[in-house]
Amino acid sequence: MFNYTFHWNQALKALPQMLDGALITLQIALLSMLIGVVCALALTGFRLSGNRVLSGFATTWIEIARNTPALFQIYMAHFGLGNFGIHLSPYTALLVGIAFNNAGYLAENFRGALKAIPDTQTRAGRSLGMSAIQAFRYIVLPQMLRIAFLPTTNQMVWAILMTSLGVTVGMNTDLAGVTQELNARSFRTFEFFALAAVIYYVIAKAVTLAARAIASRMFRY
Amino acid sequence: MIEIENVRKSFGTLEVLKGIDLTVQKGEVVTVIGGSGSGKSTLLTCINGLEPIDAGRIKVDGTEVHAKSTDLNKLRSKIGIVFQQWNAFPHLTVLENVMLAPRKVLGQSKQAAEEMAVKQLTHVGLGEKLQVYPNRMSGGQQQRMAIARALAMSPEYMLFDEVTSALDPQLVGEVLDTLRMLASEGMTMICVTHEMKFAREVSDRVAFFHKGVMAEIAPPEALFGAPKDPELQKFLAATH
Repeated sequence: MFNYTFHWNQALKALPQMLDGALITLQIALLSMLIGVVCALALTGFRLSGNRVLSGFATTWIEIARNTPALFQIYMAHFGLGNFGIHLSPYTALLVGIAFNNAGYLAENFRGALKAIPDTQTRAGRSLGMSAIQAFRYIVLPQMLRIAFLPTTNQMVWAILMTSLGVTVGMNTDLAGVTQELNARSFRTFEFFALAAVIYYVIAKAVTLAARAIASRMFRY
Repeated sequence: MIEIENVRKSFGTLEVLKGIDLTVQKGEVVTVIGGSGSGKSTLLTCINGLEPIDAGRIKVDGTEVHAKSTDLNKLRSKIGIVFQQWNAFPHLTVLENVMLAPRKVLGQSKQAAEEMAVKQLTHVGLGEKLQVYPNRMSGGQQQRMAIARALAMSPEYMLFDEVTSALDPQLVGEVLDTLRMLASEGMTMICVTHEMKFAREVSDRVAFFHKGVMAEIAPPEALFGAPKDPELQKFLAATH
């Protein structure tokens, strides 16, 4: 019943190819985080703006991003938009889908972080003669960044893992895509995916550890 | 000079200040006593424009605080205020806490701001704590830091809003000593306080607030020695 012979050599030979894929994975994750953070800041601003259209837009985005499968979000970016004549390449669609998801989660993080800082902090700054902008910039924002930092790095890890969903829209250059192609040619499914999983794990762990190291340097209070 | 004329202020349907008149001269120390909800803390936040008022006016050195044309940020830089909760900026060291506003609001150089901060922190007895983060200090130390932070702006007036009320009893003394020191140096101060002994010692005049009205104001000997207002008599009997 269990007479499978492992062929690790075959998988290891493909390691350089897979590592190239891993770089693409990392690239997409990083870009999606960059875009995600910018969008999330905008969404947070929209929600606090008091403008019903803007805050409604932000709330809709955040609700969809957080409460529907990430797979659907990427699918929609590729096939869904395709129905309307907007054709995104697998790479772009994957990036857009993940960035959309990131922005939703991050916006919620940012709002939570903002809420955690008592109004009295701003009040103390204003009492010293600071403008509202100065009080936000020098008192609220640095504290908000600290609170939001680790949840943001969690999202980065999640973004790395989400890139693997790209195979469903025909992505074949990232780690999951490369692995899937190798698998299709060799049927050494276990070996290839086990090796890919190790690579994902190493990347994710490295990001977490690096984030902690950065946090302990940056936030010394 | 701080001139308060017939100031009224409501929160919703609750009128917390019902026509307050009070003039505080340069160099004067006025303490405000009274029960909770008597409006005494609200008055302070009206003086530096943190709270709008519904009627009357407040002038600081002739500038009307609530006039639309008034630059509140500029005005606030000469009115220091310290709250019951000291509101230390947790992400900044003690030194940075004190340097922030002089740097950003007054545009002082780093060197000038640091010199001033060190001077003020030493003055309140925190010369050894410059590089410490506030959460490593006691409430009394953080409150003294908040006082130094306000003083570093070289204010002409200082408002103290129950600055010892949130402190552990054994830490009250060190903060009151700091206030006594400021009073003896001639700082113009309005202190809202529950510390009767302190009020008696440092004040030029003591004002008693009751339900939004300034029921009595007099030098401490008269106010504590021969209170006229019946509510004040009750209040003093209860706090004695």
